[in-house]
Amino acid sequence: MKFDNIKSNFPIFKQKIKGKPLIYLDSANSSQKPKAVIDEMSRFYETEFSNVGRSVHTLAVKATNKFEETRDIVKSYVNAQYREEIIFTKGATEAINLVASTYGEKFIKAGDEILVTELEHHSNYVPWHYLRKKKGAVIKFASVNDNGEIDIDEFKKQITEKTKMIAFTHISNVTGTIMPIKKVTDLAKSKNIPVLIDGTQGAPHSVLDVQDLGCDFYAISCHKMYGPNGLGILYAKKKWADDLPPYQGGGGMINEVKKDEITYSDSPNKFEAGTMQTAEVVAFAKSIKFIQDFGIKNIEKHESQILEYGLEKLRKDNSVKIIGNPKNRASIISFTIKGIHPHDIATILDDDGVAIRAGHHCCQILHDKLGIPASARASIGVYNSKEDIDVLSESIKKCKKVFQI
Amino acid sequence: MELKELYQEIILDHAKNPRNKGKCEGYNHDAKAHNPLCGDKVHIYLKLDKDKNISGLSFEGEGCAISLASASILTDTLKGKDFNFSKKLTDDFLNMLKNKSKITLNSLSEDQITTISSLSGVQEFPMRIKCATMAWHTLLSAFEKKAQNE
Repeated sequence: MKFDNIKSNFPIFKQKIKGKPLIYLDSANSSQKPKAVIDEMSRFYETEFSNVGRSVHTLAVKATNKFEETRDIVKSYVNAQYREEIIFTKGATEAINLVASTYGEKFIKAGDEILVTELEHHSNYVPWHYLRKKKGAVIKFASVNDNGEIDIDEFKKQITEKTKMIAFTHISNVTGTIMPIKKVTDLAKSKNIPVLIDGTQGAPHSVLDVQDLGCDFYAISCHKMYGPNGLGILYAKKKWADDLPPYQGGGGMINEVKKDEITYSDSPNKFEAGTMQTAEVVAFAKSIKFIQDFGIKNIEKHESQILEYGLEKLRKDNSVKIIGNPKNRASIISFTIKGIHPHDIATILDDDGVAIRAGHHCCQILHDKLGIPASARASIGVYNSKEDIDVLSESIKKCKKVFQI
Repeated sequence: MELKELYQEIILDHAKNPRNKGKCEGYNHDAKAHNPLCGDKVHIYLKLDKDKNISGLSFEGEGCAISLASASILTDTLKGKDFNFSKKLTDDFLNMLKNKSKITLNSLSEDQITTISSLSGVQEFPMRIKCATMAWHTLLSAFEKKAQNE
């Protein structure tokens, strides 16, 4: 497939925003959905819908097969070794909470250390904070350098004999920094420390090979991968999927229930209590197909060309300050404009049909470190083009005009 | 031209040169608020005398042009007024943003009414209404809350 006419795959681009074409630069927040994914949800509801994994009637069999088919598609997409390693959740947030809660319950004692980084989204910090409160765990932060990177020496410095988990992002949702995952997992393996990767921003933009990355857990947000909302995936290496206790209790996750004793299913069912998202899981197979039709490597290349173009263009504007200057960067440009608050930038850009995000992007720790309350963020998705960046750049000029700067 | 209505000259002036910024001398009431979505912060300092007259009013905060201008205009307008008037004006202000009603209080000068009404452009930007109202809600909290350092 070609990138030239890619917006035609996404019905949302048919509309005008304030009379102008939609320039969607908020994919790090959530991506738009291709027609194939939307259609698959309708098709499934119209022809195959039923609850999965429970009944024996025809529709239940069809729905169950489709649901489990997606698990196999995900397994091969992320190159997991076993299908039991693929657990559906309601989002990457729940995936991380699942690990923090179950791993924490079984393995974390008072004084144990959890190493995160200053780049983390709140969803890869707050769940660990609960363990600090409940278990007396200690949370340590690997520091970000002036470029917005965290190098391997910083991890080396922070790891101690008490480190029981290293959890960090694949790609920063503020600076776009691509983290040196393999260096960290190599180091962690030599010290027998499990590693969780928050792949929320990584999964939509990078080749995914969990075996190659060497992580123990990888959390995915499907709605950022051109997929349905309300769906996430946790990859948990088999030894953990086998060993960790269940997360939530309910139907579908049990083996046998007696008045005095309950035994649980094996993974993945053990972690999938209650009726799961069904159409969402089924339609997510089409999101993966959409990505595969382009090829994730082509998507990476396409997006990084636009990123470079955007960085170059915005750097020419002296009043624009781009946050971070990491050597390895993906799809995200966060910036501030001297004298204009990011919220005002976002409102003025919206007037030109340009959708960006303004705020701390759920990264208060990082923004505090940078000494700014908020930033504006333009994030690039598969459907963006250099022309979109041109509109962004013109619209930034308009911000300055409105504010008489 | 909606954008021009939002970012009027008066608002930009108050945002760039906020009035009554800092802690007013002898304040005996204060309250703060924070919008976790965007990181906007406001802290209102109030000096109330026995008759509930406002003899001092100021704010500290960081945020967008709308929230700074709103806090600045609030302090500028209500300094020297009393609790009842502040309550009434706050109601009028919130109503203006909610129901597009006009500010008509007799004891305000035409200039003051024009200044406050400059914030009415926010009506057309639902996601920004909170930016404009935060300081006013915080003022009401401040009346209820004695400053801890007193």
